[in-house]
Amino acid sequence: MKSIVQLARLSWRYLWSRPLAAVLNLLVLTLGLAAITLVLLVATQLDRAFERDLAGIDLVVGAKGSPLQLILAGVFHIDVPTGNIPLQDVQALQANPLVAQVIPLSLGDSFQGARIVGTTPDYVQHYGATLAQGRLWQQPMEAVLGAGVAHGGLAVGAAFIGSHGLGGGGHAHGDHPYRVSGVLAPCGCVLDRLILTGTESVWKVHEAATADEPEDLEILKEEREVTVALLRYRSPLAAVTLPRQINADTALQAAAPAIEVTRLLRLLGVGADVLRAFGGVLLAVAAASVFIALWNAVRERRADLAMLRMLGAPPGRVAGLVLWEALWLAALASLLGLLLGHALAQALGWALQAQGLLPVSGLVWLPAEAGVPLLAALVAALAALLPALQAYRTDVADLLGQP
Amino acid sequence: MIRTRGLCYQYASGGAPLRFPDVDLRQGGTLLLRGRSGTGKSTWLSLIAGLRGAGGGDLFVAGTQIGTQRGAEIDAWRARHIGFLPQKLYLSSALSVADNLALAYFAAGLPRDDAAIARALARVGVAELGERKPHQLSGGQAQRVALARAVLLAPQLLLADEPTASLDDEAAADALALLQDTAAACEASLVIATHDQRVVRALPGAQVLDLNEIGLQRLLDKREQL
Repeated sequence: MKSIVQLARLSWRYLWSRPLAAVLNLLVLTLGLAAITLVLLVATQLDRAFERDLAGIDLVVGAKGSPLQLILAGVFHIDVPTGNIPLQDVQALQANPLVAQVIPLSLGDSFQGARIVGTTPDYVQHYGATLAQGRLWQQPMEAVLGAGVAHGGLAVGAAFIGSHGLGGGGHAHGDHPYRVSGVLAPCGCVLDRLILTGTESVWKVHEAATADEPEDLEILKEEREVTVALLRYRSPLAAVTLPRQINADTALQAAAPAIEVTRLLRLLGVGADVLRAFGGVLLAVAAASVFIALWNAVRERRADLAMLRMLGAPPGRVAGLVLWEALWLAALASLLGLLLGHALAQALGWALQAQGLLPVSGLVWLPAEAGVPLLAALVAALAALLPALQAYRTDVADLLGQP
Repeated sequence: MIRTRGLCYQYASGGAPLRFPDVDLRQGGTLLLRGRSGTGKSTWLSLIAGLRGAGGGDLFVAGTQIGTQRGAEIDAWRARHIGFLPQKLYLSSALSVADNLALAYFAAGLPRDDAAIARALARVGVAELGERKPHQLSGGQAQRVALARAVLLAPQLLLADEPTASLDDEAAADALALLQDTAAACEASLVIATHDQRVVRALPGAQVLDLNEIGLQRLLDKREQL
């Protein structure tokens, strides 16, 4: 034990006796590990977010268009919807014996980048969200804030005005302010980023904005629409017939989230793979760089190492000195790499959140990250292998009788 | 002490083995190892230090017969019994003077003893240099530090390789005196490999192992083979 401490201390000194090489190697190794940590964090969190947001939704029905867009808009609320569908069609779906539950969603307005979603209380129940304050909406123009939206400073009882469009910057529906009736507890799902209200509220705001005459209002009432409907099947058998039936026989589009998300993850996966490969390349460069540095160090220090042998150090101890130098690098780089990876994930999270996109945080620590120090140690040990062997074979006799 | 009987060394490249004259050096005695380069001086030293295996003959150093031990044993033996003052000193530039001395403990697998390091530095008259780096030392100071390192673990045999090379007369005399005093202080036998006539003159009572003769013999052998 004592000799391990001595070994570690001595190799630490040797490492920093060449500060430039040490810092350079540390840098490359850190960047590689940070890239891998970042991919790990983001990919895992996105997978989890997708999984949570999708749980229990068997089919998404909306206007014709891109099925992926429909899922992104209807389930994850990160894309614009394909259009609206008539309420009657949704009601028809509800009557279908294959369907257990239909949750209608009406999109169109937003407040400070958070989408205002007109829906039924089923939507809240579906994600198992609970209220942190207040109560659910009970009449038109009452709204419940997701936990993330409430950070904006709105509290129960406050009023706010939705603006038309999902991105913000649309005209304000000034005549119809919403009143906050409750705030949801954080659920780690899509609801955190939404403002929920009754479907009627959305209709009310838009009908009043479009209609000039009372008769128009009546006509609009006849033609009420929603944006998407989230369906849960009564039996798995429905998956075989229902989507095809909807797509072929109606003006609606049905998209199975499982299929679309697999497609999406495959697309995102390419990005993750590229970043991961980039991290791998950085690590390979780091390994080469550490190898060259150690190789040179052993050559420069051949006399030092031979002197150690002369002083009675067994070859293993001399080789251990080189190996430990690499392990120090690995330990430092693991620490810095993990910190940098988390900082980058956090920065990415901020950037994504600013655009109202998926939640990614750098404050989450995953068990899989334990693999990062292991990977670093492996890379370092691999790089140190030949130099350590070289040190092991140091010929002491070189010291003697040199002219 | 050193006792050799029929000691010889076989070079890996083949050829006639190198035969060394027998040596009997009592504990605490001084031996001058003389010979031009290429006469086997470093080979003899590495045999004595247990760094190379002998091709034949018997070799006793510090009461131990060399050649029967395994690698780790001979390393541990060398750590405890041999002190070595190389010609080029080989102080590690990455470490302070005190840390350079501590390498002896590290090499021997012993816990570091800072008090002993301070004592060893004081004994060779450089007590105040412990925190310096080797490049901040003068040549004479560096040699003293290397000597302190060599005798830190109180070896029974002190090997000095050309300790007076590149020193002027006065410094050479000082270095020799210090070497003798230091060896005497830890009751170590002293072997000085040198081709410096000043050393021979300064140590008239020392035993001499002159390898120039066997070098000549090898030359003759080779000529015969041709």
